[in-house]
Amino acid sequence: MIKTFLRAREAILAGAILLLLALIAIRFAGFIAPANLANVFNDTAPLIILAIGQMIVILTRCIDLSVAANLALTGMVVAMMNVAAPGLPLIFTITVAIGLGTTLGMFNGLMVWKLGIPPIVVTLGTMTIFRGTIFLLSDGKWVNSHEMSAAFKAFPRAMILGLPVLSWIAIATILLFTLILSRTTLGRAFFAVGGNPHAAVYAGINVGRTQFWAFTISGALAGLTGYLWVARYAVAYVDIALGFELDVVAACVIGGIAIAGGVGSVGGAVLGALFLGIIKNALPVVNISPFWQLSISGAAIIIAVALNARAARTKGRIILKRAEHPA
Amino acid sequence: MQPAATAAAMTPMLSLDGITKVFPGVRALSEVSLQLYPGQVTALVGENGAGKSTVVKILTGIYQPDGGTITLDGAAVTFPNAKAAADAGITAIHQETVLFDELTVAENIFLGHAPRGRFGLIDTAEMVRKAAAILHGIEAAIDPDTRLRDLGIASKHLVAIARALSIDARIVIMDEPTAALSHKEITELYALVEKLKAQGKAILFISHKFDEIFRIADHYTVFRDGQFVGAGAITDVTPDALVQMMVGRAVDQIFPKRGHKTGREVLKVVGYDHPTEFEGINFTLHQGEILGFYGLVGAGRSEFMQSLFGITRPAKGVTRIDGAVTVIRSPADAVANGIVYVPEDRGRQGAIMALPIFQNITIPSLHRTSRHGFLRLAREFELARDYTTRLDLRAASLDTPVGNLSGGNQQKVVIAKWLATQPRVIILDEPTKGIDIGSKAAVHAFMAELAAQGLAIIMVSSEIPEVLGMSDRVIVMREGRIVAEVAGDGMTPETLVRHAAGIGAAA
Amino acid sequence: MTARIIPDRLQSPLQRRLKSWETLLLAVAVAIFIFNSFASEYFLNAWNLSDATFNFTEKAMIAFAMALLIIAGEIDLSVAAIIALASTAMGAAAQIGASPSVLVLIGLGTGLACGAFNAVLVTVMGLPSIVVTIGTMSLFRGISYIVLGDTAYGGYPAGFAFFGQGYVWWVISFEFVLFAILAVIFGVLLHLTSFGRTVYAIGNNPTGALFSGIRVARVKFILFLLTGLMSGIAAICLTSRLGSTRPSIAFGMELEVVTMVVLGGVSILGGSGSIPGVVIAAFVMGLVTFGLGLLNVPGIVMSIVIGALLIGVIALPRIWAMRRL
Repeated sequence: MIKTFLRAREAILAGAILLLLALIAIRFAGFIAPANLANVFNDTAPLIILAIGQMIVILTRCIDLSVAANLALTGMVVAMMNVAAPGLPLIFTITVAIGLGTTLGMFNGLMVWKLGIPPIVVTLGTMTIFRGTIFLLSDGKWVNSHEMSAAFKAFPRAMILGLPVLSWIAIATILLFTLILSRTTLGRAFFAVGGNPHAAVYAGINVGRTQFWAFTISGALAGLTGYLWVARYAVAYVDIALGFELDVVAACVIGGIAIAGGVGSVGGAVLGALFLGIIKNALPVVNISPFWQLSISGAAIIIAVALNARAARTKGRIILKRAEHPA
Repeated sequence: MQPAATAAAMTPMLSLDGITKVFPGVRALSEVSLQLYPGQVTALVGENGAGKSTVVKILTGIYQPDGGTITLDGAAVTFPNAKAAADAGITAIHQETVLFDELTVAENIFLGHAPRGRFGLIDTAEMVRKAAAILHGIEAAIDPDTRLRDLGIASKHLVAIARALSIDARIVIMDEPTAALSHKEITELYALVEKLKAQGKAILFISHKFDEIFRIADHYTVFRDGQFVGAGAITDVTPDALVQMMVGRAVDQIFPKRGHKTGREVLKVVGYDHPTEFEGINFTLHQGEILGFYGLVGAGRSEFMQSLFGITRPAKGVTRIDGAVTVIRSPADAVANGIVYVPEDRGRQGAIMALPIFQNITIPSLHRTSRHGFLRLAREFELARDYTTRLDLRAASLDTPVGNLSGGNQQKVVIAKWLATQPRVIILDEPTKGIDIGSKAAVHAFMAELAAQGLAIIMVSSEIPEVLGMSDRVIVMREGRIVAEVAGDGMTPETLVRHAAGIGAAA
Repeated sequence: MTARIIPDRLQSPLQRRLKSWETLLLAVAVAIFIFNSFASEYFLNAWNLSDATFNFTEKAMIAFAMALLIIAGEIDLSVAAIIALASTAMGAAAQIGASPSVLVLIGLGTGLACGAFNAVLVTVMGLPSIVVTIGTMSLFRGISYIVLGDTAYGGYPAGFAFFGQGYVWWVISFEFVLFAILAVIFGVLLHLTSFGRTVYAIGNNPTGALFSGIRVARVKFILFLLTGLMSGIAAICLTSRLGSTRPSIAFGMELEVVTMVVLGGVSILGGSGSIPGVVIAAFVMGLVTFGLGLLNVPGIVMSIVIGALLIGVIALPRIWAMRRL
């Protein structure tokens, strides 16, 4: 039984992903080998983590365009820290990454909460500020693989039960936020604030503060991803993940998260991210130029938003008795 | 005003004393008092703008008072936020449903105070069980796991009540709780109020309907323009006395005398149907006529009017203006054909609040005040001045944003906007809802004047005195259909109510 | 009825203007100008200043149309991608020997077609413009990538160079003249015509505007077309100035355009703003970029200043207001 409309929408997306995989398998069967699918998942892990953070922000009727810049800045800071003091324990590095990301997210959140500046303006501004700050810190130089300590680079690639740590972190993030969104007061508040901000006030929810926490979470996840990204690709420079914020928003839109707020799920965000990840990874193996990727994801966004809008279209008021009980 | 004898004998559960609330430019409440007693209903009475909703917002922690004290069980308290008020046992059922479509019924009921299990997580099973119990208690057959968006309006209202009851509230505020309910649901609500009284809860009941107040209230408190006017036992007061306290002067609602001379047919509507909202709408409208549309809230009147005005689609049907079939696909088409609509929802549909008065008035007439598409401000001001003067608008200047005006004056701007287009048919949807008595009389007088000048007027109204006082003819709608058309001696309150509620055949 | 005449205005338009955002912004622009002229001896040089205008003219052309769109409560994030697609189309035509006038028509046509595509999705299908244009942003630029991959178009005809490199008189470039003319056209359109009035009405309250008989969808359709058209014009200028087309052309420019519009005092929530404000904002951004450039500050650092300016100019008045309460 289809219990809720939301889950039905996720089922449609999951079906589309399976269909996509089947089509790819016709051209190249090896793509759906478990090992390769695990690779695709691992490759998509950063997008999944960021999409979950972005989803929460979008739930509260905001948008965070600064995630990729936050990621890049945090990544650069931990990379430079690693260069300066290679002996620092890894847990310290990760704590700094999450802490810095959280702080940057909090700054966005405070601007929105305390000063009431529209989120798109705030994060547009912080996006350029964060990128510029990377340049100031690094003087435009790269931090390359050979400068980083082995432990720093190894962590996201370490294998546990056949999967890299990066994948496990994405899985942990999915589980953690599924729990937070469904079983905590704050989690339900995200939906309430986006669904009906006026009513949220009456329910004793502080709209601004809830949005602040959404930005904080998004920032924290961006910070964590910053370290993972830099360590995995073993390079840090000003322009890493340039424009990636749009992929993150795209994953959310494809995942059925309504830009008007209040509607969405962790599952949707994950599936949206996977959809984009599969396309990106499949294009080379089915002999389509990777240059097609951008326009395919663009088309996917437009189709997804059109389908979501059609499904969510509010039905008119039912006044006639006969309309209430269709024969 | 003397304190009521019965009230003095009892200790109030909650008492407001000398409460003042000031907004920029407005003194919303000026040292008002209000007492609520255990097991009793206090009706808060006042015109719109008297400060009733401000009091509700102070009691529920949305606003902070600028002065005065709140005493709960003999101790002074403050409610810095909505949660503090809820913790103190105060809950409110609001006039507009403040619920969340994407959450389930149980989550809506327990948002903000859900039962917690291990690790401080929400105990979903317990929450659903408790929600089911509360819903059962108010005899609502609703599955707590349903997503709210899948429920109808009446069920949503029951969820709102269940939410109010889920907080172990001792004080229940009902802010115009019957405004959107059907007759049957209202009766059920009264039963619920009796039940709450029996449980010893103190109830603050806000309503405009006097029959309701005299039926269920034990005490009354009257505010006027943010000031306390009087309070006492409901048995010690008459409706007339209450009205007098509300408006500060003896007022019989007087409607302008009108000659019943109507001219030739202007508008003929044949066979208007909509898939879910209305069907089989046929009527004619004449020059100089005021045609009333009466019905309960949700009878489909506004929905039909909006489709006539080109908003609601898909709707089928033929509109003839002066005998010629006219196709109206958008409001712009309607305006071009001389049909204009003054909506009920003034803030969202009627006026553009941030724009100045004169720009609101000239929006549909820009083709007349501009040359080759270029604005001519002098012409705009001229037009605005002309119509605002005729409507006796009160404003500091014509470039004041409409949002700064009182409700009554905003309504005058909306009417002026349409009159400036020199329409043939004007549809007024609840034209005097939520405006002060002075503006109300002005709107009524102006309607009569317009009809005398030959304009054809449709007036949708849920106020029986207004419908009977203003209309030449009345069409009654129920559940999306026209159920009666009455004129002359047939126009009595009883016939209208019977037809609208569908109670038997009219006598 | 007592006839009471309500005065038209309490404040004269001049009084109101003095207190406006535009005045504040103009003061900022003048301050930056004065600061720059002291900071660098190269600043007050006609040719240097003329060069500096290229920093903002193309963005500003789009910003004018974007301002109308944002005032009407919509947004178009695909403008830079439209430039890429239009430039690619012109480049492809140039390869088969199209004349400058044909190239111009192709540039304008591509811009209009992209604008129409956005317009249909937003106004006919009723989709949110921010999502639609994030989608078309990938789609349009994606097509350029499909066509060009990692190659580039060059070899534009000699006559085509005029649009981005030509001078009308002395140091006055063709682009600057075009910028000035378009500023006047959009200023007149927004502030002096009934079309402009409906744009404000729609931005303040789309439902109210619809109920007032405004053809809301039609007005928005036209605004998306205009934004597409202006992107096409910007594409002509930029392509002509660079003399080549890569798919990454004008990457990220949409955000600079939105920044310019918001800095110019246009409310991102719709309903208010002015073209003079956007013009001044264009100069402010140009002057900051140019001034910092003279001081050998790299471009990416300038973006910090622009980003801080964007947040700061909105945040400071609000902090100021909070302190006074």
